[in-house]
Amino acid sequence: MKGNEAIAEAAIRAGADGYFGYPITPQSEILEYLMEANPQARTGMVVLQAESEVAAINMVYGGAACGKKVLTSSSSPGISLKQEGITYIAGAELPCLIVNVVRGGPGLGTIQPAQSDYFQAVKGGGHGDYHLIVLAPSSVQEMADFVELGFDLAFKYRNPVMILSDGAIGQMMEKVYLKPQKERSTEILPWATTGKPETRERNIITSLDLDAARQEKFNLKLVAKYNEIKQKEVRFEEFLTDDAEYILVAYGTSARICQKAIKLARAEGIKVGLLRPITLFPYPSRRLNEMALKVRGMLAVEMSTGQMVEDVMLAVNGKTRVAHFGRMGGIIPTPEEVVENLKKFIKG
Amino acid sequence: MAEIKFNDIIKPENLVYKRSKVLTDNVMHYCPGCGHGTVHNVLAEVIEEEGLQSRTIGITPVGCSVLMYNYLDIDFQEAAHGRAPALATAVKRLMPDKFVFSYQGDGDLAAIGTAETIHTCNRGENILMLFINNGIYGMTGGQMAPTTLEGMKSSTSPYGRDVAMMGAPIKMADIVAMLPGTCFVTRHSVNTASGVKKLKRALKKAVQYQNEKRGTCFIEVVSNCPSGWKMTPVESNKWMEENMIPFYPLGDIKVPAE
Repeated sequence: MKGNEAIAEAAIRAGADGYFGYPITPQSEILEYLMEANPQARTGMVVLQAESEVAAINMVYGGAACGKKVLTSSSSPGISLKQEGITYIAGAELPCLIVNVVRGGPGLGTIQPAQSDYFQAVKGGGHGDYHLIVLAPSSVQEMADFVELGFDLAFKYRNPVMILSDGAIGQMMEKVYLKPQKERSTEILPWATTGKPETRERNIITSLDLDAARQEKFNLKLVAKYNEIKQKEVRFEEFLTDDAEYILVAYGTSARICQKAIKLARAEGIKVGLLRPITLFPYPSRRLNEMALKVRGMLAVEMSTGQMVEDVMLAVNGKTRVAHFGRMGGIIPTPEEVVENLKKFIKG
Repeated sequence: MAEIKFNDIIKPENLVYKRSKVLTDNVMHYCPGCGHGTVHNVLAEVIEEEGLQSRTIGITPVGCSVLMYNYLDIDFQEAAHGRAPALATAVKRLMPDKFVFSYQGDGDLAAIGTAETIHTCNRGENILMLFINNGIYGMTGGQMAPTTLEGMKSSTSPYGRDVAMMGAPIKMADIVAMLPGTCFVTRHSVNTASGVKKLKRALKKAVQYQNEKRGTCFIEVVSNCPSGWKMTPVESNKWMEENMIPFYPLGDIKVPAE
């Protein structure tokens, strides 16, 4: 099935309570699949086409505030519109899942795949000091798997989670193993707005505090949470790194291209491996820092003008050479191009 | 009739009006004479009398009533500017047996949140939308609102609202009444005792219609803003009666077939 369809089916099977979305290429199949699959009849899951991305993310806010398992999906220009709601959700410490099937930008850009929303996803996107937990699938299987993982992390930390995919993985068809149907949760979470019984104080979900000292305390509480996430939730994958003199760093679609490029390069005697970050926040900085002492250089391969490469530089902190190679505008680099640019990088 | 002394008045057996248990002990931040406090009070009474406290979720706006959650002892969500109906939509769809209301001012509901307002009403979400229309942005210091009357002065229309340049005041209740999704659209004011009673009756009807899943209930309260209008509370009520109510006439605009 398509990556987008895998997201949709996995959401139903993960026991999601609600999906709120708005059509945009290249991710409209998610909403279409959910409407056709009629999860209302299957599990009682609510699916609603909102009047805008802004309304959709605010529906997610309302649902998440009730402690429900809710998600939305969109693509780059639509994700920009959702940023207001995302920062409110982060500020109110609510769990939810946001899927971005990235297309090229800026502006209306193109409908072809890109990885140019890394900064927006990883560094904030909306206003204020906050972070999303960002998962980067590189296969249709991971599109499906990361839905449940995303919900688990979102509820564990009461934090919004983003699946940062792209048009290639969204549209790509692969075999996928889907987990059996999970029951929707009936648990009433103690912090959720579900109507105030006499046995507890009223629950107020808000991101507002007009008292500067209290707001700062809240900011520090978020920092502590993000630090815990950095300690416990870093996920990455290595490919042929044991003897590698050079490391390609790439996520999502670029990581798939890099695996092929590495095979081509090794056939020519170049000892190169891949580090594929699976979580983009938290970033596998510690592992890159360890590797930096053992290798001659790292090349970040991204479908952007160079965004994630900044995190590679921060991670290695000058211990090794770092450069970027990328294609933009919806163009996916070929493995041969990656090898060619790796050779240029080696020459220096 | 025997004269009643002060100390007798406060005896429980002589109480005619009492404070709703749904109101908290927090001191309201509203300016003297503002209508918000009265609307909160009536809403609290209705929630108490209808036994809704344990199944009510309120959605507050951005504007003067952003801190409404401090005053009613119920679960609340605080929305972004204009988005309360979107939150309310999800809450009601995910928990259809709850009583859900949104509470918004004119900038929130009729300017930045127009799309959410129109489409929530058009889908006929089974919620109550409470709309406080005082023709001005109160919280940010008295700027022009979409509902500011023609010629009315504000800090961003210092020479009066020029309709040719700034557009005409918008009548949201009349607009949403045209949509098939709304079942009950009515306009009230709380500047008189009878007005308060009528609002209370309308709120009770809205509760009934929501229980019966009849669609969106939209209650507008034409209100005053003594601070924003730069008037005393008494002057502002008089000005409202002479200017606001003739343009925003009170009464039912749409009622469901019984």
